Amino acid sequence: MTDVQAIIDAIALGAVYALVAVGIGLVFGVMRLINFAYGELITAGGFTLWWLRDQPAAVAILACFAVVIALSLAMERVAFRPLRRASPATMLVATFAISFTLQSIYLLIFGPRGNPVSTLSGLQGAVNIGSLHIRWITFVSLGCGAALLLGTAFILDRTNIGLHMRAAATDFRTSRILGVRANRVIAFAFLISGFLAASVSVLLTVEDQLVTPDYGVSITILALIGVVVGGLDRLWSATLGGFAMGFATSLFGDLLPAGSRVYLPSIVFGAVILVLILRPPGLFAPSRRPVERM
Amino acid sequence: MPEAAAPALEFDAVEVRYGAVPAVRGLSLRIDRGEFVGLIGPNGAGKSTTLLAAMGVVGVSAGEIRLLGRPVRGRAPEDVARAGMALVPEGRHIFANLTVEENLRLGLAARRGRNEVAQDLARIYDLFPAVRESLRRNAGALSGGQQQQLAIARALLARPTVLLLDEPSLGLAPTVVQAVFGVLHEIREQGVTILLVEQRAEVTIRAADRTHVLANGELRLSLTPADAGDTERLAAAYLS
Repeated sequence: MTDVQAIIDAIALGAVYALVAVGIGLVFGVMRLINFAYGELITAGGFTLWWLRDQPAAVAILACFAVVIALSLAMERVAFRPLRRASPATMLVATFAISFTLQSIYLLIFGPRGNPVSTLSGLQGAVNIGSLHIRWITFVSLGCGAALLLGTAFILDRTNIGLHMRAAATDFRTSRILGVRANRVIAFAFLISGFLAASVSVLLTVEDQLVTPDYGVSITILALIGVVVGGLDRLWSATLGGFAMGFATSLFGDLLPAGSRVYLPSIVFGAVILVLILRPPGLFAPSRRPVERM
Repeated sequence: MPEAAAPALEFDAVEVRYGAVPAVRGLSLRIDRGEFVGLIGPNGAGKSTTLLAAMGVVGVSAGEIRLLGRPVRGRAPEDVARAGMALVPEGRHIFANLTVEENLRLGLAARRGRNEVAQDLARIYDLFPAVRESLRRNAGALSGGQQQQLAIARALLARPTVLLLDEPSLGLAPTVVQAVFGVLHEIREQGVTILLVEQRAEVTIRAADRTHVLANGELRLSLTPADAGDTERLAAAYLS
């Protein structure tokens, strides 16, 4: 039964990682940009929850969404839009610059020691089902993760702006020739991406309550690796990759003996290297002919 | 010039460069409303670049392009599309991973309102029965001819004043080419101004009200349907 519980916990964490993967994948789809500053959006959400710790939870959560979405849109408008015609390398370096700048700002304002968030600490409570001991946050993560992923899929599949985003992700130039507004599509991708980052902030601060200036970095890096492992070209494969990374991290963390947990990153990254050697396009992406490199 | 009196599309001493290399040199061309104009010439003559410049996809280094009397220069492709110009690009560029219906819906992106979409769709289905029969299929599964029909149908759904077509006959069987040109005539009958870039010189000269030959980025010759058999002048213009 311990194994079953570990699998349930892993699915819940996988759902949170999948949200990060979708947030990164949406922006990559329309801009071909891997936003390394995504983690700083999650951190901003965490600090907002801490800042409003004395307010009702609903107020703090609403403010968290407002701040993170505003920051995501500001990133696009102030930093990425002026660089849209720049080379991919320049854009990538810009995301690092934004990431480090925001981390430094957080450090100056909130200090290095971390600030505890207890907005939804009640979700740490558990319910016993037979011999299983499942925390409420597991149910909430699963429910929110599924709802947000389905909601994103609904927007992409059933709305005009979603259709425009899918078209822009396939062929941006032709989309614009047809009248699809580049600025609107990209801003909308950042808006959804920010919404998902805020959701991750709320869910993650229940699991990991101490918000530090680099709070969102580790989940973003791991989800990003998951995105690459899953296959960056398609949103669903990127999402599955993110989920798989969260699932594997949680499961190995639970199943490994306490003394061996220090090897967890080595095991996970070893598996990543193996996957990329065996299936370069990604674990869930359609196979392609290998590209010969000099 | 007031918008009502302005030509549909006007190129005024247009220059386009790719870095230091000139692609279009001093192109001046006036296309009146409802006209069907052809643009032919050898590979690398600047035909596609002319269309891309009109659409705002590539920048104009000198001169001016006007759509209904209003300058296009410096405007984004989506703004040009919303102002009434549609381009059927070379190679069709349909979205293979989307359904035929979704491709058609993308054609609505440039329309300001959604009035009379049903009537326009009915008209388009009359022109392209194969499109109507494949609405739920992935566009990538269509034949080359059907994809070309879809690309034209998608452009027409924007209700353009000016329709630009870049080599719509490329890679199509002769019977399909005939059908495509037949459709262009019907589109023109509906009042749409057409600028057609083609490699098939004779068919274009016969079909269009007038056809211009572009070589090395410059206009070299203008022809009417009566000149369709004049291969000597045509060859001289191509080789000039």
